[in-house]
Amino acid sequence: MSTTTESRRVTTAKAMAEGIGQEMQRDPNVFVMGEDVGAYGGIFGSTTDLFGEFGPDRVIDTPISETGFIGAGIGAAVEGLRPVVELMFVDFYGVCMDQISNHMAKIHYESGGNVKVPMVLMSATGGGYSDAAQHSQCLWGTFAHLPGMKVVVPSNPYDAKGLMISAIRDDNPVMYLFHKGGQGLVWMEKNPRSIGEVPEEPYTVPIGKAAVAKEGTDVTIVTLSLSVQHSLDVAEQLEGEGISVEVVDLRSLVPLDTETVLESVGKTGRVLVVDEDYKSFGLTGEIAAVIAENDPGMLKKPFSRLAVPDVPIPYARPLEYGVLPTREKITAAVKDLMA
Amino acid sequence: MTELDRLAMYRQMVRIRQYEARIMQEYHADKSPAWDIGAGLIPGEMHLSAGQEPAAVGVCAHLKKGDAITAPHRPHHFALAHGVDMNKMTAEIYGRETGLCRGKGGHMHLFDPDNHFSCSGIIAQGLPVACGQALAFQRKGTDNVAVAVAGEGAANQGAFHESLNLAAVWNLPVIFVIEDNDWAISVPRSASTAGVSNADRASGYGIPGVRVEDNDVEAMFEAAGAAIDRARAGEGPSLIEIHTLRLWGHFEGDAQAYRSELETVNERDPIPKYAASLQELGDLTDDQIADIQAEADAEVDAAIEFAKSSPEPTAEDALLHVFA
Repeated sequence: MSTTTESRRVTTAKAMAEGIGQEMQRDPNVFVMGEDVGAYGGIFGSTTDLFGEFGPDRVIDTPISETGFIGAGIGAAVEGLRPVVELMFVDFYGVCMDQISNHMAKIHYESGGNVKVPMVLMSATGGGYSDAAQHSQCLWGTFAHLPGMKVVVPSNPYDAKGLMISAIRDDNPVMYLFHKGGQGLVWMEKNPRSIGEVPEEPYTVPIGKAAVAKEGTDVTIVTLSLSVQHSLDVAEQLEGEGISVEVVDLRSLVPLDTETVLESVGKTGRVLVVDEDYKSFGLTGEIAAVIAENDPGMLKKPFSRLAVPDVPIPYARPLEYGVLPTREKITAAVKDLMA
Repeated sequence: MTELDRLAMYRQMVRIRQYEARIMQEYHADKSPAWDIGAGLIPGEMHLSAGQEPAAVGVCAHLKKGDAITAPHRPHHFALAHGVDMNKMTAEIYGRETGLCRGKGGHMHLFDPDNHFSCSGIIAQGLPVACGQALAFQRKGTDNVAVAVAGEGAANQGAFHESLNLAAVWNLPVIFVIEDNDWAISVPRSASTAGVSNADRASGYGIPGVRVEDNDVEAMFEAAGAAIDRARAGEGPSLIEIHTLRLWGHFEGDAQAYRSELETVNERDPIPKYAASLQELGDLTDDQIADIQAEADAEVDAAIEFAKSSPEPTAEDALLHVFA
């Protein structure tokens, strides 16, 4: 991380785009492609202003053809370029998963380490705005389950820029999954934490290192992405009620920083994992396994988790908020651990 | 096309055929009496390209250093014709540490970055990757081209159509080569594909499409030459479909009971046919035929020996190379 002086408050979307733009200035091999990444600036703002600065040769609008253009990103990366490719909604993975899983993620391994695929595949995740079952999923656990791709999940503007720069410089394929509700978009309800201090200079945030977003002594919340913002809100509120919550922001699922998780859980002895992805066979179970494999005796209270209860994301507001990990549910779960 | 071109193509076809014939022999050698796909020195599926040599040889005759190929699950003919090292490729097929991919890929996943050669076991999914390689060549300002190979069965995949569209929209230097061997495993073309020719499908995307009949290596050479020149000149993608021949089964162990035209297969073998036509022209003597065969035998035997004498990887090696 470079030393830095000038900070301004910017949105997560702007921070991401700035990270991409600075890498494009530094390295002519970096270019962007995807649906509506050009003049539109990305539906969720991930390429804001890049088209104006770099033009259509380096910020390329693609046909609605995810197998075609993600595969083209892979081919370009194999030949030494550094494409940043956007899959508009992560829910669209179904039409291009062969390129993602069987090609992007496997080529390096299949080639015995002889072929590198230095590519970023960024995609919008998450719900909370009634976009229903096919436009609201997180799915990071699905990608993290499949070997060969790093999976990055920023929760705030500072990390969004630093992790983007790290992802572009990484010689491996990186899934960069940002949460729509954390982008700081003017047209969607946002947590104030979606706007934050971001240095103007380029800097990196290491991939594979979790952050202790807030220190505490009673309960550890292990979480990621937008749920970090909710968890910090809860932690601040519970502080006033005498409950000291530590919030661990994983920042990446692959690699997973088990050390920071275990250190925090070892300290508090109580853990809640909050995940906006589906509950079963996913991140919450993985963290439980990490703890169990290390020392189940470190828990004073049984392991607790809050995730989408294995249903597709429903449309109507009461239904959707019935399954998302809201502040209210996080608060209740923490209080249960303290009871 | 010169006499030298013809001889070189004949030599390359014989070399590939000898390779496939010996791999077939080796593959089956230690799988009996109870045939077990996972047994023996060469385990797993094996898709051999005998009969399809004209497709690879006609195209690769025009390729130069830096040109890329993405091949499908049946890749040996394109690999060898494109200059992939026979020893390393064979060692990979034998799952050895000295293999192209240190034993991690196997016969359907051969990667040779020095020759920009790769393959994918998922049909048609190499086409988008070739488009990306072509995009890289275009962006770097080189005159290199990318060749994307798929069978006629694969041309019904979305990836085929997405790739043709993308290549056409972006004017990419890519040549789509469709090997129509009449059979998508056991399903005949008539049951799988609407329309007579994939060359006609190319016109739907506004790019040139040519169909080469009769598994004719010289016609393939001409068609590929025109398509590759066009791509090098920045004039965009083309498609060539060759009506070729799957001389053997889809994979080794395929009894081909579904195949009604099986009894005429050997008459349609392109290599004796080409030898006869070259002899008629006076371009090939009996001595040359014998010399070319002997040369191929020696090279292939040496490659198999290299593979067999190479060390196997260890179980611990399986954990390496997930990430760079």
